[in-house]
Amino acid sequence: MSANGKPKFAMYWAAACGGCEIATLNIHEKVLDFDANFEPVFWPVAMDGKVKDVEALEDNAILLTLFNGGIRNDENEEMAHLLRRKSQILVAFGSCACEGGIPGLANLSSLDSLFETAYDTLSTDNPENLRPSPVYEAPEGELHIPRLYKVLKTLDQVVPVDYYMPGCPPESHQIAAVIDLVIQVLQGKAQLPPKGSVIGAGVSTCCDECDRKRNVKKISKFVRIQDVKEIDPELCLLEQGIPCNGPATRSGCGALCPAAGAQCIGCYGPAEGVVDFGARLMTAFASVIDSKDPQEISRILDGIVDPAGQFYRFNLAGSLLRAGKPAWKW
Amino acid sequence: MSEKIGVYICHCGSNIAGMVDVEEVARWAKETFPEVAISRDYKFMCSSPGQELIENDIKEHGLTRVVVAACSPHLHEPTFRGACQRAGLNPFLFEMASIREQVSWVSTDRKIATQKSKALVEGAIRRVVYHEPLEPIAVDIHPDVLIVGGGVTGIQAALEIADSGYHVYLVEREPSIGGHMAQFDKTFPTLDCSACILTPKMYSAGTHPNITLLSYSEVEKVDGYVGNFTVRIRKRARKINEELCTGCLLCQEKCPKKIVDDVFEVGMAKRKAVYVPFPQAVPKYPVIDTENCLYFQKGACRLCEKVCPTNAIDFAQEDEILTVQVGNIILATGYDLFDCKRIPQYGYGVLDNVITSLEFERLTNASGPTGGKVLLKDGRVPESIGIIHCVGSRDENYNIYCSSICCMQSLKFAHLAHEKTGAKVYNFYIDIRTPAKSYEEFYRRIQEEGTFFVRGKVGEVTDFARTPEEEGKLIVQVYDTLAGIQRRIPVDMVILSAGLEPRRDAKEVGKLFGISCSADGWLIERHPKLDPVATMTEGVYIAGCAQGPKDIPACVSQGAAAAARVVGRIQQKSILLEPVRASVVEEQCSGCRICNDLCPFNAITFDEEKNVSVINPALCQGCGTCVAACPAGAIVGTHFSNQQIMAQIEGLLDLAFEPSE
Repeated sequence: MSANGKPKFAMYWAAACGGCEIATLNIHEKVLDFDANFEPVFWPVAMDGKVKDVEALEDNAILLTLFNGGIRNDENEEMAHLLRRKSQILVAFGSCACEGGIPGLANLSSLDSLFETAYDTLSTDNPENLRPSPVYEAPEGELHIPRLYKVLKTLDQVVPVDYYMPGCPPESHQIAAVIDLVIQVLQGKAQLPPKGSVIGAGVSTCCDECDRKRNVKKISKFVRIQDVKEIDPELCLLEQGIPCNGPATRSGCGALCPAAGAQCIGCYGPAEGVVDFGARLMTAFASVIDSKDPQEISRILDGIVDPAGQFYRFNLAGSLLRAGKPAWKW
Repeated sequence: MSEKIGVYICHCGSNIAGMVDVEEVARWAKETFPEVAISRDYKFMCSSPGQELIENDIKEHGLTRVVVAACSPHLHEPTFRGACQRAGLNPFLFEMASIREQVSWVSTDRKIATQKSKALVEGAIRRVVYHEPLEPIAVDIHPDVLIVGGGVTGIQAALEIADSGYHVYLVEREPSIGGHMAQFDKTFPTLDCSACILTPKMYSAGTHPNITLLSYSEVEKVDGYVGNFTVRIRKRARKINEELCTGCLLCQEKCPKKIVDDVFEVGMAKRKAVYVPFPQAVPKYPVIDTENCLYFQKGACRLCEKVCPTNAIDFAQEDEILTVQVGNIILATGYDLFDCKRIPQYGYGVLDNVITSLEFERLTNASGPTGGKVLLKDGRVPESIGIIHCVGSRDENYNIYCSSICCMQSLKFAHLAHEKTGAKVYNFYIDIRTPAKSYEEFYRRIQEEGTFFVRGKVGEVTDFARTPEEEGKLIVQVYDTLAGIQRRIPVDMVILSAGLEPRRDAKEVGKLFGISCSADGWLIERHPKLDPVATMTEGVYIAGCAQGPKDIPACVSQGAAAAARVVGRIQQKSILLEPVRASVVEEQCSGCRICNDLCPFNAITFDEEKNVSVINPALCQGCGTCVAACPAGAIVGTHFSNQQIMAQIEGLLDLAFEPSE
């Protein structure tokens, strides 16, 4: 409890893009409720703060920490351990913290090839062929930068997590609702869900919130959405051959993408109880392919030009696979 | 979780204990898992004392879960479930780890085998914790039976069942039943006429009030499960109205179109475009072969229509689709003859007078193309004949197995050739195998008749003469392993005793009926010794050569055995099924409709109002197709829940998996 009697709040970004922070700030007038009920003590994107200040806090001093981003380097992991120690409730916030997110797709490649892409491609201007080095001898002394891990990990692969809040980013109205819930709990009007639960989302899948008309599925082709001349505005996208991840993706977003005529790409993660999003979706797609001829089936599947991106866009690091083979090798 | 688990590691004599340190596995299980209350190893867990061990422990120590690591669950899962039940524990709170079939029998390193056994046991322990008590489901058994294949095996099975008072649908692909046996002349070792003993059975099958004979028909689809199969059969159009046809065969007589008969006469004679395959065919109705009929091909003729005294010719007749309900199925789909052209050095198809066993059967058959005379292509009577055994059998280039009937068949040919032509007969054999009743006596008889036996695998059959005596002959080049010399034996005729092979479509047939084929391609029985006619799929039985090469007595025995199993099952009236079923968690179902068309039992419907998919538990058979397909994880399968499966996998991997950074 702070001097003003308000419970402490922290929000931190590890390997993330910043979208989660924007979505949080985007809760509009709810921010007043937030301010009335919480004392932000550490929130690098919104206010000045030092790690030292967090270290100085008593353990469990922070009531609620929203942790976004995956664990890409030793600094990320150190911060995860620190905030875990200082927080009563640690929420894996957004796709990256929950499942690895987009940065987790780098788990398909070795560090060498990542560096090569970043520092040594034709389009890169790097005349001195510089590479990041964990230690640098400066005149003032030794300088260190965080050491990159060979694979990105999810938050719960390094520290115990109390709740998961999916989305890339989580929808602002869901964030507002979660903050509301915590406030009500503080006022004794509600109870927290069991530890380990997914919060700020539904238990079903995206299709539940999608208004498109669905029939018995029979897929005879897959096409990339940019190659479709005219998308039927009312029919299920998957039935139009557009590989929509909606059937496997947790509900909660309001099916915004399909409503706008774009396929669901799966940012809300797997539905309740599903262990591996990509495996689930693959078996689902495979089950409704309308052919018994192996060659024809191969041809239909060739329509999915980027299987890793299709099935594991947001969840490779958190999947059963966790990474591609090259990334495991040093 | 405060379960009390009993773990039992079976030695299976030395079957398991010879390769796995069973004491160590038992000790380790007790030490490693706090939930394991008792862990024992025992010589034979399946013995009465072994089972009593489990029963007593359940009663005395209040075990709530039981794990037995022993043989395959296919063998003894029912045994140990029974032990649990007798001691008052729900039988589904039991899990079995196969450390015999999956470990000791397939391992050569004791240390690794012990480690793998531990992994399997840990998988079972972790899984069984999540087991739930279940009650088996009783289903009624439909008394009708489907038999596929109208050879002697299928006919025997059909007659046995029909005589027991139950209805049989006997489906045969060809226009007549009878199978290969109808093509033979004599049967070994008694040399009684094949037709004389078979046709009465064919006639009975064709007229039995309890048999619906569906010849010229094929099974297209099989749905359902033991006791309740729904079978779709295509009855191909004969273009003959069976109600009007009297079988007078005037149409066949007058038909102007002749075609080589590749099926019954194996290319040795011609038949008409409207025909019955052979005079004693059952049913008696002919078939119009539309691919060769002048009317169907060129639009003119219709001679058969004109001569038919009962107006039975029906050019407009269409295939008929029948859907029948049956409780049990017997597959007696027989074999194909090895294609002798695959061994080019024997000259079949190139050299005149090199013929297959089936072709010789037709030559000696009184109703065959030569009226039973053994003649060369040019009409001469052969003065010398060579019979080559094991063609396509016992040969790693073709089939490794012994076709079991060829020795006796070749001896029979030697006798018939001798008797009909007085020719000098040579049998070229690798080993002579005459294991059944009266077979060895028959072999002696043929030896005494003066047949020459040459032990050795024939290298080549050629018409390239090296000496004047070889001129105009077929020369059999063979290494005589008894004399230790290469021999060239000139003969007029060579008979290739071709092996038996699985039907070309055996795999598809297996798939259709939900059973598997061995590596050789034969349909697999449930147990090679103790359950030879049942299969891994309840309610589907196999008999005769579909299961592997065998002679007529063995086929008839299997047909009768399968019939007895089926009749026994029908008389039970109902059967207990595992209560493994799928169900939809409505709150989690988004109505995406991925599962709607997947159920092989049509158990899934869509509730438009609630926007959820619904599984009818009475129709669901627990196959798991929809459980795997549901992208939302909203369909759960009893006894195969996510939790149970993941726990088992984690248990299996626990010892081997070392996480890296």
